[in-house]
Amino acid sequence: MTLAPRTLFEKIWEDHVVVEEPDSPAVLYIDLHLIHEVTSPQAFEGLRRRGLRVRRPQQTVATIDHSIPTTPPEVPIADPQAARQIQQIVENCREFGIPLHGIGSPTRGIVHVIGPELGLTQPGMTIVCGDSHTSTHGAFGALAFGIGTSEVEHVLATQCLLQRKPRTCQIYVDGYLRQGVTAKDLILGLIAQIGSGGGTGYVFEYAGPAIRALSMEERMTVCNMSIEAGARAGMIAPDDTTFEYLAGRPYAPKGEAWDAAVKQWRTLPSDPDARFDHTITLDATRLEPMITYGTNPAMAIPISGVVPDPASVSDLGERQAVEKALRYMDLRPGQRLLGHPIDVVFIGSCTNGRLSDLRQAARLLKGRRVKEGVRVLVVPGSQSVKRAAEAEGLHRIFLEAGAEWRESGCSMCIAMNGDQLQPGQYAVSTSNRNFEGRQGPGGRTFLASPLTAAAAAVSGVITDPRTLLE
Amino acid sequence: MQPFTPITSRVVALPIDNIDTDQIIPARFLKTISKEGLGQHLFADWRYNPDGSPKPDFPLNQPWAREAHILLVGDNFGCGSSREHAPWALIDFGFRAVISTSFADIFRNNALKNGLLPVVVDTDTHRRLFDLVGANPSITLTLDLASQSLILPDGQQVHFPIDAFNKRCLLEGIDQLGYLLKQEPLIQAYEAAHPARVNTRITEV
Repeated sequence: MTLAPRTLFEKIWEDHVVVEEPDSPAVLYIDLHLIHEVTSPQAFEGLRRRGLRVRRPQQTVATIDHSIPTTPPEVPIADPQAARQIQQIVENCREFGIPLHGIGSPTRGIVHVIGPELGLTQPGMTIVCGDSHTSTHGAFGALAFGIGTSEVEHVLATQCLLQRKPRTCQIYVDGYLRQGVTAKDLILGLIAQIGSGGGTGYVFEYAGPAIRALSMEERMTVCNMSIEAGARAGMIAPDDTTFEYLAGRPYAPKGEAWDAAVKQWRTLPSDPDARFDHTITLDATRLEPMITYGTNPAMAIPISGVVPDPASVSDLGERQAVEKALRYMDLRPGQRLLGHPIDVVFIGSCTNGRLSDLRQAARLLKGRRVKEGVRVLVVPGSQSVKRAAEAEGLHRIFLEAGAEWRESGCSMCIAMNGDQLQPGQYAVSTSNRNFEGRQGPGGRTFLASPLTAAAAAVSGVITDPRTLLE
Repeated sequence: MQPFTPITSRVVALPIDNIDTDQIIPARFLKTISKEGLGQHLFADWRYNPDGSPKPDFPLNQPWAREAHILLVGDNFGCGSSREHAPWALIDFGFRAVISTSFADIFRNNALKNGLLPVVVDTDTHRRLFDLVGANPSITLTLDLASQSLILPDGQQVHFPIDAFNKRCLLEGIDQLGYLLKQEPLIQAYEAAHPARVNTRITEV
């Protein structure tokens, strides 16, 4: 019997369909459910109201990341609402038997940073979380996507979700990234090309030499922002890079189980003749460092480029969106972003808060000083990232340059925890969203790579990082 | 969830593409542990001045907006964050349907699970609706889910798509968790055949 060639996505999908009745969505089994304090309380309340238990607490894991301050843990939480929300997840995890990497835990951190670093995220799995950046975990060849709180309740109660099969899109990235051009620039380049709704209804599979050459942390940056193009998920076929990253991680299989797992994982990549519903190609060699000028991640340009003119946009809604964005950002059509003054630099988030991101920023900040008047916040993605960075002295580079070195969390990416911009301030941020007010009401965000963020930190204006790299 | 009955209502129009869920409800209002009362924060940063006073020219601040059940918006509505607080806030404000050319996947799922109907129309109809509301803001539209029709003031009917499962759930007020719970024997059989891939409770970390 010859099987029809299948994509990575189709293999995982078919392996997880519990039942699919006519005229109904598939019941999809979920291997790993990640939860955090912001999108889970109403789901637990729903369980209580119905008298339900958590079906598989041993396939569920919780952390605290969104509303937690990045000040030292001994400082009490000043915001009573945040404190109440954090207390609630502690109580919910205790009541329902869910392991919690909570306050004071050496393994606490941003949910999409700790899943991979603990080895919980593995190839071939279905992974969900009440958080749109769950697409991050697709870097391991898992099917991982964000869900709402009703669906969090569904998974808590049944370990399953009702899902319609999405379409597949291969993102083929040819060539190689040049010096000073990073995974963040690659994904911003893609989103700028296809728009913030360009991936709606699709699961992306990234492929091609530029993707194969990426480290796991870089692959996570790419998959993380798939949702900013509207894609349901982003995936990368597992390979030796994946297995080397996972080997020896606390929750990864060990011994014979590891060998069996790797053997199975090697069957996951898309078959050579597998068909995708759509294919998009991108040439990595032509990419420059990218930066956003507007209020969604698709409003991005090469760093040496100019702000586009809304008059040149034919679609009415799109034109109005660009006009509104330029008013909000106080930028003019045709304006260069290079040299634009900035007030704040944020280095962190589930997109760029991992050790390699901090190393990139440190590479540029080493022996330099943050420009006077600029606030630079460096927030590691997890407590483990924080310890690893400190072990190699990165924190000293940041502190000596005049940056703040904080506890881990989502911090100024979502500005729920007190770390935020003041109205009118400009920030270069390594996070994933430049929406109006995202980093604080009235705050203005330029999204960019850790290298570009660090270059802005030292010069006080938007700067091409390649001019500062030896 | 209440069964979805036909709506005849005035329309609040926001002709902007890619309205993200951070605009629908900013993150600082997500520190709640309840679903209730979020309508007051709907579009907070577009609707209120920094001192908390309403911006008089923002469509949601028109005196009749609270009675409107239909929101008309640009392409790709609800992109960004997965926060279900977005449909909760829209519903709490009084909306029962949103009309656009396209919706972000997670927002669409969240809306349907709360009885908020995402209505997808073609670009011509979409433009016409904005023109109609622009010319006469007091027009009413009718949405009938059973016949999947949007009825314009001149009586013209526009068919809109929805899958059979979500249509049935909305019309009958069926809760989707109930459907999943009924699959318990099949879920058990799946688990028996597929050992768990990970155990989050091991504590050698």
